[in-house]
Amino acid sequence: MTAMLTVSGVKTFYGSIEALKGVDLIVEEGEIVTLIGANGAGKSTLLMTVCGSPQARYGRITFEGRDITRVPTFEIVRRGIAQSPEGRRIFGRMTVLENLQMGAVTARAATFDRDLERVFTLFPRLKERLSQRAGTMSGGEQQMLAIGRALMSQPRLLLLDEPSLGLAPLVVKQIFEVIREINREQGMTVFLVEQNAYHALKLAHRAYVLVTGRITMSGTGAELLANPEVRTAYLEGGH
Amino acid sequence: MTETVMVDSARAVDWWAVVKEAAITAAIGLALTVIMVGLRTVESGGGLIIETHLTEVAWFVVLVFVGRAGMALLRQGVAVPVLVVSLAVAVGCWFVHFPSSVLQLLAFTAGAVLAIRALVLARIHRSPLSAQERDQRMDRLGARFQDAARYLGPALLAFAAVLPLLPFADRYIIDIGTLALTYVMLGWGLNIVVGLAGLLDLGYVAFYAVGAYSYALLGSYFGWSFWVCLPLAGIMASCFGLLLGFPVLRLRGDYFAIVTLGFGEMIRIILLNWYNFTGGPNGLTGIPRPSFFGIAVFERSPPDGVLAFNDLFGIPFSTLQRVDFLYYLILVLALIVNFFTLRIRRLPLGRAWEALREDDIACTALGINRTNIKLAAFAIAAMFGGFAGSFFATRQGFISPESFSFMESAVILAIVVLGGMGSQLGVVIAAVLWVGLTEFFRDLAQYRMLAFGLGMVLIMVWRPRGLLAHRDPTLLLHPRLTARQRQREAENRA
Repeated sequence: MTAMLTVSGVKTFYGSIEALKGVDLIVEEGEIVTLIGANGAGKSTLLMTVCGSPQARYGRITFEGRDITRVPTFEIVRRGIAQSPEGRRIFGRMTVLENLQMGAVTARAATFDRDLERVFTLFPRLKERLSQRAGTMSGGEQQMLAIGRALMSQPRLLLLDEPSLGLAPLVVKQIFEVIREINREQGMTVFLVEQNAYHALKLAHRAYVLVTGRITMSGTGAELLANPEVRTAYLEGGH
Repeated sequence: MTETVMVDSARAVDWWAVVKEAAITAAIGLALTVIMVGLRTVESGGGLIIETHLTEVAWFVVLVFVGRAGMALLRQGVAVPVLVVSLAVAVGCWFVHFPSSVLQLLAFTAGAVLAIRALVLARIHRSPLSAQERDQRMDRLGARFQDAARYLGPALLAFAAVLPLLPFADRYIIDIGTLALTYVMLGWGLNIVVGLAGLLDLGYVAFYAVGAYSYALLGSYFGWSFWVCLPLAGIMASCFGLLLGFPVLRLRGDYFAIVTLGFGEMIRIILLNWYNFTGGPNGLTGIPRPSFFGIAVFERSPPDGVLAFNDLFGIPFSTLQRVDFLYYLILVLALIVNFFTLRIRRLPLGRAWEALREDDIACTALGINRTNIKLAAFAIAAMFGGFAGSFFATRQGFISPESFSFMESAVILAIVVLGGMGSQLGVVIAAVLWVGLTEFFRDLAQYRMLAFGLGMVLIMVWRPRGLLAHRDPTLLLHPRLTARQRQREAENRA
């Protein structure tokens, strides 16, 4: 039985700069796995490398047993990996409904209504804002939309890049609650990249710590949360 | 906000800085003009003598000093006095005798520009709204206009449809209408690339040229009729769109724009230099005129065996018949483009274009193949450009590379941008304004481009996102969905 997502020995470069210096990690089906690390550690690069943009120069990435290291990004999405990218990147001038519809471009049209309903159950707020221009919503609502849009493609693996970025603590809590719900109710596998280590570790089944392009620690969320090194580096002075 | 305004106006004016700045600029002005304007060689008798024009130099330096002082004062927030003085200069300069007309024009332009800037500044100071609130207010205004557009669109269409039948519609009016519609069609075509897909194409005229030459060459070498060549010209232009598309679609933003600009010029230069094939700078003459759908021709005495249009309908011959026919032809072609755009915006491809314009990285993240949809936008817009081109060729009966200069691309792009990117009605308004105003200002000869430039600056100041920047959602509350929602809500309540 292979893991849903395996990343082995992945090195990614921006020009001649080595952003990932050989990363290994796995995500099993049904898990929430989080990757924490400081600014510039390479968290987003790893997530984007899984999506094939940029592609890994060395190493291998497999999804459900198939190699996706050299597969173009749009094809990776079609195989069942959806992402809510860093900075949300919703389509500001389009309405909420249009945004969700864009999320469903790779999905089967027949299940559109059902998928939409599912997103609305998770985020009732989006239903209220259906015909509003997405750019005029609050940051929290935009993040909900970004996650909802990713879910519309009927993924089996959901990649989330810093969903807590720039959000009020209460909203962060709400968003993480929903991520837990997506995982528990729908059995969705989630790979979460976060700077907000406390929330992420509390939520995750397993976690990795990335430091300047290398995984330095891994364990269950609770283990890392209790780890003194992690505490000093990522948790002190907050929460 | 009101507080800051008070602080601003209470701030003392630093006169020393103003005078210093104006004096430095005036000194530079003096250095530049004393030789170029002040000394002039004049032929006199057998040789050249040097004439001095020191009064002109003095005028110039004074103007520069005053103008620069005005700019410096504006920067310090002094609006009303500058407005009064600059208006006085702009108006007064027509009543004062200047040593040269260039100076007069300079005084007028400087006065007018400063007056506009002072006016804008004064309004910003007075208005208690923040920039964002003003934007929102403009948006609401745009939205309200868009509502009105629901009636304005059909009204304009009805007017366009009956225009040739109206009593005042002489040949001149119809010709202008045809020209305006050509620009409308080109604007709508380019709108697909620029407005919907958000790719800045500076060489759209290349496809217009390909369409025009396709028809002209096929028509005059093989004698094929317009109705056969029209689709061929479209396909041909579309192929060129793909040809250009493949290499450039990797590029983004500015780089993309520059390459399309280059492509447009390349096509023109090839047409100019491939003498044997395209006639070079002499162009192609005697391009066949269109027939009435291959049934009849617009001629007084057609060759044997060919039906004349007026005989077909049993009406007297008139040269206006062909002009009117061409007018309706371009009207229908333009409407096809419009209909296509309105439809495709509701389809996945059109929505993907708009999403691409909003955020192309997010598009990839959603599993959209960017290259393919960009190519589609390019090819389709090129096809419409080709249609317009072959229409242009058959209308003019003569084409040369001169008609396809960069200026044309710029005008089409200006129509799209000024109209409000992605707005169909905005394109119509901008195209009609462009054609109408250039006709209206025909007496100004080369200065009419100046008027056009002024109009562009004003629109950029007051409507930076175009005349009609409001975007209409393509699916506002899906009717099917709302019905079900209503039902579900009723159930919830029960």
